[in-house]
Formats: sequence, structure tokens, C-alpha cells
Amino acid sequence: MAQKTKIELKMGVATREAFGQELLELGRENKDVVVCDADLSKSTMTAYFAKEFPERFFECGIAEANMVGIGAGLASAGKIAFVSSFSCFVLNKGFEQLRVGVAYPHTNLKIVGTHSGISIGEDGPSQMSVEDISLACSLPGLIVLAPADEVCTRKLVRLAAGHAGPVFIRTGRPKVPIIYNGDQTFEIGKAVEVLEGSDVTIMANGLLVAEAVKAAELLDAEGVSARVLDLFSVKPLDREAIARAARETGAIVVAEEHLVDSGLGVRVAQAVAESCPCPMEFIGLETYAESGSPDGLLDKYGLRAANLVDAARKVISRKRA
Amino acid sequence: MTRTNNVEQLQAIARTIRRHIIEMIAEAKSGHPGGSLSAVELLVTLYFDVMRHDPAQPHWAGRDRFLLSKGHAAPVLYSIMAEAGYTPVDQLNTLRKLGSIYQGHPDRRFIPALEASTGSLGEGISLAIGMGLAAKLDGSDSRTYVMVGDGEIQEGQIWESAMFAGYHKVDNIVAIVDYNRIQLDGFVKDIMDVEPIAAKWLSFNWNVIELDGHDIPAIQKAFHDAAQTKGKPTVLIAHTIKGKGVSFMENNPKFHGVAPTAAERDAALKEIG
Ligand SMILES: Cc1ncc(C[n+]2csc(CCOP(=O)(O)OP(=O)(O)O)c2C)c(N)n1
Ligand SMILES: [Mg+2]
Repeated sequence: MAQKTKIELKMGVATREAFGQELLELGRENKDVVVCDADLSKSTMTAYFAKEFPERFFECGIAEANMVGIGAGLASAGKIAFVSSFSCFVLNKGFEQLRVGVAYPHTNLKIVGTHSGISIGEDGPSQMSVEDISLACSLPGLIVLAPADEVCTRKLVRLAAGHAGPVFIRTGRPKVPIIYNGDQTFEIGKAVEVLEGSDVTIMANGLLVAEAVKAAELLDAEGVSARVLDLFSVKPLDREAIARAARETGAIVVAEEHLVDSGLGVRVAQAVAESCPCPMEFIGLETYAESGSPDGLLDKYGLRAANLVDAARKVISRKRA
Repeated sequence: MTRTNNVEQLQAIARTIRRHIIEMIAEAKSGHPGGSLSAVELLVTLYFDVMRHDPAQPHWAGRDRFLLSKGHAAPVLYSIMAEAGYTPVDQLNTLRKLGSIYQGHPDRRFIPALEASTGSLGEGISLAIGMGLAAKLDGSDSRTYVMVGDGEIQEGQIWESAMFAGYHKVDNIVAIVDYNRIQLDGFVKDIMDVEPIAAKWLSFNWNVIELDGHDIPAIQKAFHDAAQTKGKPTVLIAHTIKGKGVSFMENNPKFHGVAPTAAERDAALKEIG
């Protein structure tokens, strides 16, 4: 296989948009697919499905806990049920229902959160989901996926529908660059090596994957070879790919649009500690953010390629020390 | 701060508030005009006539409190707090911009005079009950007011709080339902109807007052009657028009969460006068 060291990033649609489109396709293919939303269908993009299949769409109103319960009931009765809202509302308000109604009995429910992270922008922290990975990963048996682009989102929505068991998919509000060709395959529990590299590995998911790709290019100009791993499968993690990266590059940066002390980074750190300990740096949020433009917030809260480059330099210097 | 029970003066303040709402949301290019405009008369009457409060001492223990449970209507609250003297009027147009105290939803980290950080619907009445219970423990006659949306009352927590307040006779709180008949995805009746709304609150042992939420004398009377009611919490079912005061926004679900364009802003300001 030719060395992958560069990707031309082109803007694609938002991951929530890709979710809405793929959900409609699934609905066309399988009449057992049913969808619940909680007064946000025009934002979560389940509106596409609702319009074509009104009899299989259940508008639950502003009542997320009830929606999760109804979804669990639909799933228990044999439907391929998707419930969707902003990540913060479906996970935070629906958490107890996810725990006892979904995770504990291993109910086949698909939960899709949109508007995750701080890149929702102006609405501010009450609508920004920065704890969802943490909450979702705390539930035994729940698969947790965070796609970086539209290609990955489409395939993960399909994977989720075909998987026997509960799945959470985390999507975002803004348009994001396309990382993958249409023929890229994805597997639950398997990372994708987006770029090859030998000096350091940047592990990321969601919109930080594009930043990692940009960071790798900047590092390349400094003579640093950075590997980029897309850990879209937060749970289960690809512990093999992580151990390999630790062994082969000896330095790891983890970057995520989530609270840094309870998200992807700490899970990767555990996997590294248990396999091949090496210096690590973590990029993420220290606390709740604020209102602002998505770009302004990503700059202010340090979720940019430049921040990843700094972290890479730092972690490499620790390796040599 | 102006304090007045003069209806014309309150109406004049309401016009100023409507202008602020339109201007600040247009400038921000995002935000929620509809549910801000529907609440103007109710909140102007509360802040400039009914409530006992002092912008110079926002943390005075004996103050009456207001919580905007439907936090997305922040522009109406910000405009009123600014006109009352809590926060700068000349910064209203920084709404939703990085660093602004006027965050997308009420945020106590930026405006400590706010009684609650809101934006996740369904939570305000519980908080108000806690404040009401604390006032009773302290022997204070402070009263707490909380506004919820009609879509918002689909949340289960609303009915948990309603049951608690009715059973425990938390008579120093007033809930205001901004009954504008529209939520985010469309009309409430098409999403999950909340009717029969008065019967629901009655059956939870609340004192229920239905009124026109744009009629200032009716609002004054309702708050007065609420204060006289002992042994029961009061809920105002305020019949309002979403987008009130701007013809092309009135009763139009589109303007729940869409900012006016520059041309729409100018047309709206002209209409408000
Ligand atoms: C728990 C929760 N779920 C969903 C939302 C997203 N949301 C914001 S406003 C809104 C509609 C609110 O409608 P309503 O309560 O009728 O308010 P109003 O008409 O007064 O604007 C929704 C669903 C939210 N803020 N909180
Ligand atoms: Mg409403």
C-alpha cells in the first residue's frame, strides 16, 4: 500500500446531516426502522425520515427521558429503533433510562446525539455536550462511536443498525472536512490509520481528526513524521492499534472536543498504561465553554491544529529526555 | 430604576424592550425572537411594577426572585435587566459573541445577578421551589417567580415539581406558562398537546389564573391575586402570541429560533415604533 502521509481536506456536510440522510435510506430499505425525536427533528435531521415515514416517526415532545424509554420499548418489541436529540439532552436527561432500560438489559437501542461539543457555537454551554463520551462510556455494553466526517457517519449509522445491542453515535452541528473516500471501511472496535508516521501518534475523533491531519502536515514541514489514528470507536477501543502506536512511535497526543479528564484521552491512557507506557499529552476542554462563533471557540479553547502541533513537540521532547 | 404601575409607562417600556430584542438578535445573527417577544409584557410588569428588588443590591437577601426556565428567551430578560440597571444597555448588541456577558442562554458566571443558569428546559420550577422553601425557613416574605414555555411543560420534571409544590403548599412561588402555542418543531398541538392545561394544574392543587399575557392591567391583577392566595402555589396560564408586536413573526413557528435579516430588522423596528 502506498504511504499515506497527506490528505487534501475538502469541506463536506455536517455529521448530523449525514446521519439524517442515511437514516432516511435505512428507512427506505427496512420497514422495521423506527425513529423518535424530542422537538428537535429539524436540527437533528430526523425530519427527513419523519417526512417520508410519518407512521414510523414518533415525536415525543420536549421529554427526552420518556423518549429513551419509549425507544427502549420499541427496541424490545423487535424494532430497529433510533432515538435522537442534542447529545446533552438525550444523554443527560435520559441517563437513568439508558442505564436501567438500555445498558443493563442490553436493549437494542440506537441513540444518536447531535450538536456535540463546543462547535455548536452561539447557544452556549447549556446546549453543548461535553460530558457525553464520559457518560456513554460509563455504561457497560454500550458501543460509543464518534465519527469525523460524513463518510464515516453514514457507515456507522448502518453499522449501528446492523449491530445487535445498544449503540451511541455522537455527531456535530457544523460542516466538517471530508477525511475518507467512499470505499473506506469501518469496524466497531477498530481504529483507522488516517496517516502513517513514526515519530509521534496523534489520536483523535470527531472534528479533531481534521485538525490532526492539518497538524501532521505542519509537523511534516518541521521534519516530524506524525501518525494520525481516528479513534471513532471510543468503546470498544482498538487497543492493538493503540499499543502498536505506543511501541512504534513512542509518543502520543490525544485530542477531543470533550472534557479532557473524562473522555477519549483517559481511556487511551489506560490502554497505553496496560500495554506499552510512553509519554502522552492530552488536548480537550478543562471546563464549560461559553457562547461564541464555532471558529472563535475552537481557537479560544485550544482545539486547533496549532495546539496539536505544540502538544506533539512537547511529547516528543519528553520522549527524548 | 423606574418603578411604576402606570399602564402607559409600562407599555412604553415594553416597546423599548421589543426594540432591544429585535436589534440584539439581528446583530447576533442567531437567537430566539418568538419566545422573547411573547414574554415582554409579563416580564416588564414583573420587573418594573410587581417585584421587590434593587438592581444596586442584586444579592439583597429579601429580594423577590425571577427565573427564566425557558432560557432561550434570554434576550427579553437581558433587555429588561439592562433597562432596570443591572447590566449595561450599550452592550446588549454583543449578545452571543465571544466574551459577552450576554451569553446565548442565561449564565450566572457572566451575570451574577441572574437567579439561575438555564437553557436545558424543564428545570426552573424545581429551583423556584427550593428558593421558596428557603424563604419560608428564613421567615422571609420574599417571593419567587418562574417562567416556563408551553412546550417546556412536556418535560416530566415540570410535573414532579408541580406535584411537590401543590402537596407542600409552596404558596410563595408563582409559575408563569407562556402559552404561545408554538415550540421548536411547530405548533404544540401538532407535537404533543398540553391541553387541558388549566385542568392539569388544578388537579395538582395549584391556584390557576388564566389571562391575556399582553394585557398589562390583567397581568397586574393576576400577580396581585397570586400574592393574596395562601396555601397554594399559583400558576398564570398566560395566553400570548409568539413573536408578538412584529406582524411577520406573530404566530409564525419559523421565528422560534431564527434571527431577522437586516431588512426584517428594519421592518420590525418600524412596526414597533
Ligand atoms: C431539555 C431540552 N430539550 C430541548 C431543548 C431545545 N429547545 C430549545 S427551545 C425549544 C422549544 C421550546 O418551546 P417552548 O417551551 O414553547 O418555548 P417558547 O415557545 O416560549 O419559545 C427546544 C425544544 C432544550 N433547550 N432543552
Ligand atoms: Mg411556546
